[in-house]
Amino acid sequence: MIINRELCDICGSCVAVCPVDAISVSEFCVTINQDKCIECGNCQQICPARAISGAKK
Amino acid sequence: MKHKNYDIVVIGAGPAGSVAARYAAEQGASVLMLERDREAGIPVRCAEGVSRNGIAPFIDINPKWIAATIDSACLHSPDGEQAYMYNNGTGYVLERRLFDTELCNLAITTGVEMLTKADAIGLEYSGEKITGVRFKHFGEIKIANCSIVIGADGVESRVGRWAGINTALALNDIDTCVQYTVSGIDFESDACHFYFGKKVSPGGYIWIFPKSGNTANIGIGISGDLAAEKGPKAYLDEFMKRTFPEAKVNYTVFGGVPTAWGLKEYIKDNIMLVGDAARQVNPITGGGIVQAMIAAGIAGQVAADSIKAGDQSKKFLLRYKKEWDSKLGKIQKTMYSMKERFMKMDDSKFNNLVRLCQSIPKEEFSLKKLFSVAMKGDPLLVAEIARAFVASKLK
Repeated sequence: MIINRELCDICGSCVAVCPVDAISVSEFCVTINQDKCIECGNCQQICPARAISGAKK
Repeated sequence: MKHKNYDIVVIGAGPAGSVAARYAAEQGASVLMLERDREAGIPVRCAEGVSRNGIAPFIDINPKWIAATIDSACLHSPDGEQAYMYNNGTGYVLERRLFDTELCNLAITTGVEMLTKADAIGLEYSGEKITGVRFKHFGEIKIANCSIVIGADGVESRVGRWAGINTALALNDIDTCVQYTVSGIDFESDACHFYFGKKVSPGGYIWIFPKSGNTANIGIGISGDLAAEKGPKAYLDEFMKRTFPEAKVNYTVFGGVPTAWGLKEYIKDNIMLVGDAARQVNPITGGGIVQAMIAAGIAGQVAADSIKAGDQSKKFLLRYKKEWDSKLGKIQKTMYSMKERFMKMDDSKFNNLVRLCQSIPKEEFSLKKLFSVAMKGDPLLVAEIARAFVASKLK
C-alpha cells in the first residue's frame, strides 16, 4: 500500500484498521511496513483523506 | 541511554491520559505522561460536543474553554423534515485545545511529570514482564522504567498491540470522518443539528455544532464498511454545496471514530488501555470524551492502588474492568446492538422518527411525551427511540 503524504492528515484511522500492525504513526508522518503489509485494503477504504492506494482488489 | 524510574507511565495526553495520570498522582504514585505532539490538545480531531453533567466530575467548568452552550438538538430526516428536541441537561461545544490544556495542567499541578514531543516507540520487557516504555525525545531514545503502562494513545493506538492486545477494528466498527470549521453563516448559537439518510451520510450522520463568533463545526462520519466507493469528504462537500454554499472553511480535519462497544481485552499484567485506545466510545453517537474520562479516572485510581498493594498483575488490574463494566461497559454493549439496528433501518424509519418528534411542541418535549405519541404513531420505533435517548444522555 502506498501513502500520498501530500494528502495524508496523519489521523491514524489506517492504524486502527490494520489487521497485521503494519502501520506506524509519528507526529509528522504515517509509515507502512511493506514487509508486514498483506495488501488487504482496509487502510485504503477507511482513509478519510483518500491518501492511500494500492489495494489488490 | 537515559533511564528514569516511575511507578506509572501514561502514553498520550488527551482527556484520557490527563485524567488517568492525575488520578494516579493524587494517590501518591509517581507518574510520567508522554505526549507525542508539541502540546496537548492538538491537532483537534473532534466535533467538540459534550454534556455538562458528563465532564463536571472531572474539571471545574470554565467559560474560557466553552465555545457555545447548547440546549436543544434538531434532527433532520432524510426527506428534509426537521424536529427540535430539548435534551436533558446542558450541552457544551468545547474549545478542545484549551480544554485539553487545562486537563493537562491539572495533572501537572497534581505532580505528574509531562514530556511533550515524546514519541513512544515500544515497551521494555524483562522476560515476559513489561518493565517500561521506550520513547524518542528530541532525537534521543530514552527509557522510562515503570511498574504500570497506561495506553491513552487514541484511535491510532499501538501501545496495546505492543503488549499483544488485538486492537484492530473491523471496518463496520469505525467511522471515517471529515470536519470543516466554517464561518460566514448565521448559526443558531444554542442548537446542534443532525442530518440522517443513506444518501446524506451512510451508516452515520452529519453534525453541526455551533461555536463562538458565528463559526461552527460541520462534520460527517460514515461507516467504514460503506466507504469503499465514496469517501466522507465527497458526501460532506455535496452537503455543503446544497445547504451552505456561502460558507467559508477555516479549518479542515480528518479522523476516525471507533464505534465498537469496546475491546474484549484491554488489561494485561502491568498494562491498561483507556479511552479511544480501548475503543471506549459511544457506538451510536461517536462521543468519547466523557467515556474516556470515566474510564481513565477508574484506571488511574486502580493503578495507584496496585502500586500501594505491590501487585500489578492482570488479576489486580481487572478491578478497573469491573468498575467500568458496572458504570458504562454494560450499557456500551446495549448501545452497540442499537447501533447495529440503526444501521439496518431504512430511511423511511428515520422520516417517521422525525415526524413523531415534530408532533410535540418543543417546550413540552419530554421522553414521556414522546413515548405516548410514538405508541400511537409507530410502536416499533418506541424501543429504538428509548434507547437512543439513553445514548444521548450518556454522550
